[in-house]
Amino acid sequence: MRLLTELGGSVTNGLSYIGALASLGGQAAYSTFVGPLRGKPLRIHRAVSQAMDVGVRALPILSLITFFIGLILALQSAYELRKFGAITYVASAVAISMSRELGPLITAIVVIGRSGSAFAAEIGTMQVTEEIDALQTMAISPVQFLVAPKFLAMVVMLPCLTIWANAMGILGGALFGVTQADFTWGRYIQASVDALFLRDITSGLIKSVMFGVTITAVGCHEGLSTGAGAEQVGRSTTRAVVMSIFLVIVVDLIFTALFFFMSDR
Amino acid sequence: MEQETAASSISESMISLRDLRVSYGDREILHGVSLDVERGETLVILGGSGSGKSTLLRALVGLEKPSSGQIFIKGKDIASASPAEMDEIRKKIGMSFQGGALFGSLTVGENVALPLREHTKLENSTIEIMLRLKLEQVGLAGFEDYLPSQLSGGMKKRAAVARALAMDPEILFFDEPSAGLDPIIAAGIDDLILELKKAFRMTIIVVTHELASAFLIADRMVLIDKGNVIAIGTTAEMRASAQPRVRQFLDRVAEPEVARELDYLQMLTEDYRRPSRTLAKRRGA
Repeated sequence: MRLLTELGGSVTNGLSYIGALASLGGQAAYSTFVGPLRGKPLRIHRAVSQAMDVGVRALPILSLITFFIGLILALQSAYELRKFGAITYVASAVAISMSRELGPLITAIVVIGRSGSAFAAEIGTMQVTEEIDALQTMAISPVQFLVAPKFLAMVVMLPCLTIWANAMGILGGALFGVTQADFTWGRYIQASVDALFLRDITSGLIKSVMFGVTITAVGCHEGLSTGAGAEQVGRSTTRAVVMSIFLVIVVDLIFTALFFFMSDR
Repeated sequence: MEQETAASSISESMISLRDLRVSYGDREILHGVSLDVERGETLVILGGSGSGKSTLLRALVGLEKPSSGQIFIKGKDIASASPAEMDEIRKKIGMSFQGGALFGSLTVGENVALPLREHTKLENSTIEIMLRLKLEQVGLAGFEDYLPSQLSGGMKKRAAVARALAMDPEILFFDEPSAGLDPIIAAGIDDLILELKKAFRMTIIVVTHELASAFLIADRMVLIDKGNVIAIGTTAEMRASAQPRVRQFLDRVAEPEVARELDYLQMLTEDYRRPSRTLAKRRGA
């Protein structure tokens, strides 16, 4: 009986958490897309500076990581493929698994580490120093002022980063292909391009947009629900990272399953 | 008849509280506060730590929702106001927070200009002039390009006052204006409040526990203790009051330790009431 009560309790908690995220995401989407039509202009310059932070500054580390991931993928798939003398399929294996799955996912994980945590820390600190309260007493909506620019930046930049990550992954695979599998650079790239269907790329990009929404909602929600005191900011940041990783995987699973059953017919 | 006078006082007063109760979870912080603040007067809300005075201030600016009772600002009940109505009321009030609450990523000038940029369609040049005026008023002329982190504690408070003044509010709220400042800087902030009062006939509400500063700036004072108003009156009336709690506060008599411990224990048990209730429910199930 107690077990059931506890299970029920955590299910309700989980649902109300998802509800809070959805409400925040909805408000942010409203401020981003509907607000400007109703005479509440979007802070484009804030969104641009967020996009710099979220996107452009993430490029070096993201490039390095996805290059290595591409190389690892090539090594791992070659291990199995060479048994069948099919080592030339390395190119398509890397291209497909990067653009369908690992490109969006690794990008999301890097962005969670860099920006999701930063959102929670920034907004959490503002909560502790009463800056969020100050915004409210000035009749400025914290969601519109703080969350919406981040939301826009994420939704735009995450797909861009994902495309870049796919390319770097394929490049990493190409390094293996050229040195170990008798490809030339040109032929490897050509083989990758031939292996990819448009839907492989778009499905990854759709997922990355959803990841962007999830990361922003979790980061900002954790920031806004920070309690009093500096140690709470640390807790919020940790929770933002852990919850974002978890929810990104859940969203990934849902969309991958959706794409799987949709392409079946 | 009585009802009529009560209603007319609500529409005439700048701020009227009627049986205001605020709770955090199961714990009630304010147990039914009623008071009126007239146009142009400076009211100081006095009280010890944990008395509920900060909660009262937060309720007044709409940061805490009352669990019951009414808060009328210029005759409009903010407890039942829609978000849009609340925003309209908030444009008429200014609030200076304890730590300043300036936005760290914006310069002092951008901080002060923020409400103007958000709520008005003024030209940039006009906003520039207005923000210079506001900074001059608080004695910070020439500091518009500094970041808040480059200012001292007293200057941060002044910058926060300038930001609170940006929209030419009718009511100005101060949360612990002299907390954490040395006596000379704190006296400077008191002078600033007096100047604003004289120059603009603004309605000013100050929450503090600094007695010297309270007697200097107040027209009337309210003493809050454990969530109840225990005395209200002019500075002279407060000084002459014979009420034991008022005397204790004004004469700064230490509380006997034992009583404090009991209070603390009670506070703790009240805090834990909720978990114990769910436990009881579980046992019942």
